[in-house]
Amino acid sequence: MPVTMPNLSRRNFGRLALASSAAALSGALGAGYARAATPKGEPIKVGILHSLSGTMAISETTLKDVMLMLIAEQNSKGGLLGRPLEAVVVDPASNWPLFAEKARQLLSVDKASAVFGCWTSVSRKSVLPVFEELNGILFYPVQYEGQECSRNIFYTGAAPNQQAIPAVDYLLSEAGGGAKRFALVGTDYIYPRTTNQILVNYLKSKGIADEDIMVNYTPFGQSDWQTIVSQLKAFGSGGKKTAVVSTINGDANVPFYKELGNQGISATDIPVMAFSVGEEELAGMDTKPLVGQLAAWNYFESIETPANTAFIKEWHAYTKQPKRTTNDPMEAHYIGFNMWVQAVTKAGTTDHDKVIDAMIGIRQPNLTGGIAEMLPDHHLTKPVFIGEIQDDGQFSVVWKTPALVPGQAWSPWVAQTKDLIGDWRKPIACGNYNTVTKTCLSRKHA
Amino acid sequence: MRKLGLACLLAALCLGGGLGEASAQADDFSGLAGPQFEEMSASITALAAHGGPQGDAALQALEDRHLFSGADGALFIHDGAVCQNARTGEAASCPEDLKPVRLNNRIRTVLAGAHALRELSSAEPDVRLKAAQALYARHDMTMLPALEQAMSTEKVPRVHEKLMQAHAATVLAQAPAEGTQATRLKAVGYLAEVGGLEARGLLANVAASAVEAPEVRHAAQRAVSRIDWHLRVWSVLQNAFYGLSYGSVLLLAATGLAITFGVMGVINMAHGEMMMIGAYVTWLVQQGIRMTVPALEPIAILIAIPVAFVVCGGIGVVIERSLIRFLYGRPLETLLATWGLSLVLQQVIRSVFGPTNIAVQTPAWLSGSLMVGGLDITLNRLAILVFAGLVLAGLMFVLRRTTLGLQMRAVTQNRRMAALMGIRTPKVDALAFGLGAGLAGLAGVAVSQIDNVSPNLGQSYIIDSFMVVVFGGVGNLWGTLAAAMALGMGGKVLEPTIGAVSAKIAILVLVIVYIQRHPRGMFPVRGRGIES
Amino acid sequence: MNAFSGQSVRSFKSVVWTAGLVLGLAVVLAVASLLPENSPFHVSAFAVSLAGKYLAYAMLALSVDLVWGFAGILTLGHAAFFGLGGYAMGMYLMREIGARGAYGDASLPDFMVFLSWKRLPWYWWGTDHFAWAMLLVLVVPALLAGIFGWLAFRSRVSGVYLSIITQALTYALMLAFFQNGFGFGGNNGLTDFKDILGADLHRPATRAVLLVVTGGALAAGLLASRFIVGSRFGNLLVAVRDSENRTRFLGYRPDQVKLLVWVFSAMLAAIGGALYVIQVGIINPGEFAPANSIEAVIWVAVGGRGTLSGAVLGAILVNFGKTLFTAWLPEFWLYGLGLLFIGTTLFLPSGLMGLWRPVRAAPPEEITPEVSAPEGEHS
Repeated sequence: MPVTMPNLSRRNFGRLALASSAAALSGALGAGYARAATPKGEPIKVGILHSLSGTMAISETTLKDVMLMLIAEQNSKGGLLGRPLEAVVVDPASNWPLFAEKARQLLSVDKASAVFGCWTSVSRKSVLPVFEELNGILFYPVQYEGQECSRNIFYTGAAPNQQAIPAVDYLLSEAGGGAKRFALVGTDYIYPRTTNQILVNYLKSKGIADEDIMVNYTPFGQSDWQTIVSQLKAFGSGGKKTAVVSTINGDANVPFYKELGNQGISATDIPVMAFSVGEEELAGMDTKPLVGQLAAWNYFESIETPANTAFIKEWHAYTKQPKRTTNDPMEAHYIGFNMWVQAVTKAGTTDHDKVIDAMIGIRQPNLTGGIAEMLPDHHLTKPVFIGEIQDDGQFSVVWKTPALVPGQAWSPWVAQTKDLIGDWRKPIACGNYNTVTKTCLSRKHA
Repeated sequence: MRKLGLACLLAALCLGGGLGEASAQADDFSGLAGPQFEEMSASITALAAHGGPQGDAALQALEDRHLFSGADGALFIHDGAVCQNARTGEAASCPEDLKPVRLNNRIRTVLAGAHALRELSSAEPDVRLKAAQALYARHDMTMLPALEQAMSTEKVPRVHEKLMQAHAATVLAQAPAEGTQATRLKAVGYLAEVGGLEARGLLANVAASAVEAPEVRHAAQRAVSRIDWHLRVWSVLQNAFYGLSYGSVLLLAATGLAITFGVMGVINMAHGEMMMIGAYVTWLVQQGIRMTVPALEPIAILIAIPVAFVVCGGIGVVIERSLIRFLYGRPLETLLATWGLSLVLQQVIRSVFGPTNIAVQTPAWLSGSLMVGGLDITLNRLAILVFAGLVLAGLMFVLRRTTLGLQMRAVTQNRRMAALMGIRTPKVDALAFGLGAGLAGLAGVAVSQIDNVSPNLGQSYIIDSFMVVVFGGVGNLWGTLAAAMALGMGGKVLEPTIGAVSAKIAILVLVIVYIQRHPRGMFPVRGRGIES
Repeated sequence: MNAFSGQSVRSFKSVVWTAGLVLGLAVVLAVASLLPENSPFHVSAFAVSLAGKYLAYAMLALSVDLVWGFAGILTLGHAAFFGLGGYAMGMYLMREIGARGAYGDASLPDFMVFLSWKRLPWYWWGTDHFAWAMLLVLVVPALLAGIFGWLAFRSRVSGVYLSIITQALTYALMLAFFQNGFGFGGNNGLTDFKDILGADLHRPATRAVLLVVTGGALAAGLLASRFIVGSRFGNLLVAVRDSENRTRFLGYRPDQVKLLVWVFSAMLAAIGGALYVIQVGIINPGEFAPANSIEAVIWVAVGGRGTLSGAVLGAILVNFGKTLFTAWLPEFWLYGLGLLFIGTTLFLPSGLMGLWRPVRAAPPEEITPEVSAPEGEHS
């Protein structure tokens, strides 16, 4: 599919055409939308805040590319509000203070109408005050620990109840092996810490005893896993079916799985359920020893739907790399971008306040079936899939949630937040509203 | 004869499982096409029981991922070259839109069981031994009749013993029934003898079980504590091995620095990037061999060793000639320049190969582990340990027994005197730096087998390498060896008690304090100058 | 390098000039940022925050220059002091949030609530008082520098060895602060600050004042450093740099001389870190990364080692370039940074300041690489 289309006809772009292009959005992607004229007028700027160098470049470069593809495609469809979209790419270089600086630049110098960016939680935490101060819009595409609900951020990745909890449900179930003993292994940062805190409480509520739960944290980039894997092996010999839930951060996974394979732990003995291992990470691994290991995501490249097939095809054409993988955060950006386009169209303006209000309730089909809806707490409804790693570096879906799961900003499994909800509609208009005391913990949005 | 007996037993099991004989006979294969894993599992059990040679072939193909499904539940075996109909075994032309039959962990478990059962009736004792071992690890109660059948006909003692163990494990894995107390007690005693983690798991279950007879339970408790004691003893040795292997990685990473920094006094901050390039060379060699001579693929890693040495060494010589030689005598500025160089090299690799990790293959002969008593020795770590030893020995040889080594030592000790003796010192400098870089390349080959290969690879090793060289004493290879092993051992001894991060911090602090007390490291090179 | 030996005495004027320039620039920018937005002289809040950051970095560069340029200690770990100062300030700012955090807990910062901690750890006590926090900014880095320096200089660890262990120091701190259990917010660090001394951090006026304060602090730091290097003590420092042993044989105590300047420099870096955190709005363990310390050294090298103004100039220029290039050529700026390192050491051994100084006799080139014992004094 060509990304920049030749202009066959030049015509003015009226409201009618706009409406039809918006309608085409919700249809199958790239399936013959109307060829439109080159949009004119002052460009609408879209900020892209992903690291292109440093440690996070591994993951984030892809997201920059997918955003460029989506923007090019939108322009070929006639832009937005009759105006062209212009991508503003900056490199925060995996440096967290630099994220805040670049966010400020995008919002106050470039006047970006929306920003798509961040991967790590710390980068999001770093830019959050900037977005709130300058009233910007950020689309955050990665699965994260929750416990946050900002009016200026739309969380298009999974909250813990859309990934971690269904994944553990699967491990507990008959089909998943009926695990009775859990090792929660993670990198020492906020996402694993929160996720494990939620999971420990959840597992206890399911009747798993304290001594059957092991929690272990390792530093970033851990490369020597000998001791920990042998501890896992010993933990697995407690006589009960044991499963490992891994929140190990991207880079440390390769040596971890290698060590697992070498010490002879296979997926049939002790399955490892990972939350941070996707197609992109597998591309850097020799997957043969990993076959059967599990991952929980809201999107897998291997899911065959017309929309997904079209998306993958377009991605390959755009990057000119016929083997480049797609992954979950890419789909999150796809959904977030199309939702933003819809919201701007609906609001008829790129004014931040109006767009933020228009976002809630917007519906956009997922690439894997079902419809994502933007909820009042700025999270999405998502399907949850459990995939098993195959020897071709792809996942084969072995289980999915029967219905879409609405994202929860605040976890009911953490004592301090069990009564909190986020609801940015009036009259509550609050990110951390206590449903028991009926108060908003932070300032309400006027 | 044996085969027939097994088949009968399994057929009976299937009946018990509620699968109608008639429907199973009608199409044992139909479940294999998926997508329901339940039906697939039933099909596998049925085929294992009475699928005949064609059923065996289909199951084998499924295990090897050579089984494909077409339209209307048609099944084909396609091993890359030949295509045949899975049901009939006749050669067929495979349709275009075939999909590989997908598995999940449960199916893999069932398949492994079927496989082991098939092999129990093999004519080869070794194959039967492997099957018994697999059944021991599986201790699946449905296999019990087949096990008993096999035990009654087995003639080879070692296989028989393994079968007995599998039988004991399988017995204990079941819930206790009336009148089985004696059998279970015997099984507990048997497993207590066997020991190991699997036996411990089973026994722990029995020990904690509320429905178990008291004497069986007590016997199991005693057995568990005995096994635990054994495991603790072994775990000391195991930790020692982890420490050695971690130390050997540090040693490999540091030997190159020991030359450039220790012998030449050049602080090469791009040393880590040389390792990274070595790892990328490994990948390139693997890819190249796969495309040209696939037969050599398993030993691609061995071919990569000299290639990485030469490539990195070459780059090292170029760096020395174009950059380092202008900075001799200004070690701290060399540090800055090579740091800049490391940034450039990283970015070059990022631009050429992309920022993502690349998958360096680990050949089969380097995967898995070797059990020595209660010691689990992973092969890739063992290989690195041996490799590190060889590299160190080789380096010693070069320094002590070759002309280059002699000249290097001469230049090190007194440059002017060496020059007056006719040694071309610039050439020696270039070669020595190249040698250091080449050694880093070798470390890269080794590291590619245990760690990520990405443009960031080098950075994670550079600080550790410097610590090793400084801790050991600059200019002393034995010091480097001792320091690497001390740091590796220290880290691994501390890790189980205080965690990986704290262990690393503790080691760093210890080294810092040690350097304060002994500014020249563990094995200082003695000299007469007041500075040394 | 002996070339700089005498120049510090002569460069008094240039340092005063630089200090005035820095302060003046900060004031002008601050005032301009408060002008109405349609004014042609208006300066955006973004520019103000950038300027604040550059000036804070310049303080770090100044502190590095003081020990490297004048005492010959190549520190690869000064970010440790910068970061510690930043964390001390961050603790105060964190406590200022009070009950406005996401969990609405008045006594505990958000990340402690989230870790289910019930009480403040002892090292957080009193950090809600500005004065105590400011004391921590100065005392903690000074203590660490004091202990580290006392041990190192007393046992005559010098040159490359010292560089490597300073790097290990900052690396160990980074690992420690990465741990969530350490009590400083782990990888996320401290962020989402609301106000300082009751003034809203997001208001332009607060930012303007902060910029002027940073400019003032830098100017004061410059003058203080100038005073030190221009004094008798400064001569001693240069003597230690150029030949530690000769100085020792003359009856001085090089270890004490070095220790004093080392501790002072650590405090200077810490003040820079504290000011940095207020204006950047986040402090996390990434600040301790060894790469940051090395980068600070290159700012000094670019500007001109051994010239106080050069350090400030280098820090501002390199960071300004970094800002530009990460926006214009995001994929190539690392090449630029790397080549800058190489180019500076090869072709600009006395940095940018060396360009407009009268060319003086080149320092005696070392003909022989000193192989058996790399000595710090050579660089």
